Amino acid sequence: MRRVAVIGVGHSKFGDRQDVNVRELAFESVKPALEEAGLTPRDIPYVTLGSVGVWYEEPLPAVAVAEYCGLTGAGLMRVEAACATGSAAVHSAYTAIASGYVDLALVIGVEKMREVDTFTAVELMGRAGSYLWEFENFGLTFPGYYALYATAYMNRFGATEEDLALVAVKNHKYGAMNPLAQLQREITVEDVLSSYVVAWPLKLYDCCPITDGSASIVLASEEKVRELKIDTPVWIAGIGVSSGTGTLSYRDDFIGLDAAVKASRTAYKIAGVEPGKIDVANVHDCFTIAELMAYEDLGFCSRGEGFKMVREGQTEIYGKIPVNVDGGLKAKGHPIGATGVSMIVELTKQLREEVTPSSRQAPMKNYVALAHNVGGTGHYCYVTILKR
Amino acid sequence: MSELPTLRSRKLEISYNIPISKTKKFWDGLREGKIYGTKCRKCGRLYFPPVADCGECYSSDMDWVELSGEGEIITFTHIIVRPVSFQDQQPYTVAIAQLREGVKALAWLTDVKRKDIKVGMKVRLVAKVMEDGRVTYEFKPAEKTE
Ligand SMILES: [Zn+2]
Repeated sequence: MRRVAVIGVGHSKFGDRQDVNVRELAFESVKPALEEAGLTPRDIPYVTLGSVGVWYEEPLPAVAVAEYCGLTGAGLMRVEAACATGSAAVHSAYTAIASGYVDLALVIGVEKMREVDTFTAVELMGRAGSYLWEFENFGLTFPGYYALYATAYMNRFGATEEDLALVAVKNHKYGAMNPLAQLQREITVEDVLSSYVVAWPLKLYDCCPITDGSASIVLASEEKVRELKIDTPVWIAGIGVSSGTGTLSYRDDFIGLDAAVKASRTAYKIAGVEPGKIDVANVHDCFTIAELMAYEDLGFCSRGEGFKMVREGQTEIYGKIPVNVDGGLKAKGHPIGATGVSMIVELTKQLREEVTPSSRQAPMKNYVALAHNVGGTGHYCYVTILKR
Repeated sequence: MSELPTLRSRKLEISYNIPISKTKKFWDGLREGKIYGTKCRKCGRLYFPPVADCGECYSSDMDWVELSGEGEIITFTHIIVRPVSFQDQQPYTVAIAQLREGVKALAWLTDVKRKDIKVGMKVRLVAKVMEDGRVTYEFKPAEKTE
């Protein structure tokens, strides 16, 4: 396997983007990503586009976006891995370069989720768990899926609704500092607890918003990095992938995601790092409970200790491992095909120490960052480790 | 934000014909008040929901096994914000229970006040024919099904 680096990143504003269609939204992140890398669309031989679709009008978004961005003629692949779609697109482009098939690839993550009404979006997401056994008769929603984990987790370990709220408070604090975030405002524990119930015990502020957004990165082989004289390449040190059952009742327990445990162990092994070496992480906080389980699944702490990390501020910017200091899915927003790419954009900037405003810059000791991107409720998991 | 101009796309209504030939006994069983799982004759793995092919040992030689329905709640949630096709329903409780036979099941939990639901509560999974003739299954508190 050859080494692969991130040499250009781009990120749209996340939010309710009724001002753009899916092509125009993708363009907003493709342009800066190519410009940073000093490339034109003609230089790109291979494009992977992550988008789940169904909430917007184009059934073949890779074709539509490539055409709009002047990329027609490049090898094109559209990728789906539910909410981990962006990471799957990164993984696909990574393997294409690592294997020697191409020297350059562009990864585009884009989602336009707000062209349908909220209840239709809730339906389309809910159907994506296990349609036949959990949606047809039972109408299980995605907040519902994570609520089942939250109930089991709190019952088992004694975590409280206030502990869950602390995750939202932390991530909103950083979201308020991120000009690209959907929800740029601080909230209190009381705001979370008094927000309306979506799927008990999860309330509105335990849930990420429904988001439009795009993020893009350019990946290159080591040879190409030298040829293009890239100053600060950020290397993909390892990616771990795994999966879980679609039907929730086939799982062993509801206190953590096996797919995340497996994916992270693989990523740590390939990258040759331990959790203690990570300077900053982005984890999949689609719901507050998901962030607590992520700490444990990733080995940041032992099983059942995740809620103590957030209570003690260990995942704040000057804590043991800063987590989601861009606002996370919770406040930055979660355009599901773009999220995994957005994590790599954020962590690349963190590793280059060029986060703006600098109050959001995590201190770098080892120049190692980790992205944890979950599709569904651990239906898919991708863990990507970056090094400068 | 909603004042920005948009073009309303053409409308498309979709529903799927989902084949149930291989699990017909399960769906017919619900009409007779029975809950069936399948058990692999080769490796012995019990499945609920039922399957026609064993993903463990790849045998397609399965037995139908009637389940007692007796179980204990492992976790639950109340779905308040409902999908568009469930808008005509009142909020509902979804639970996962460990059944006596070793498999788990996910279904609505009915006939109980929200405040009385606890992890560890004894329940029974029962078949149900809905008003429109469709079949389902749901959990009820064990003491109400004796
Ligand atoms: Zn078998």
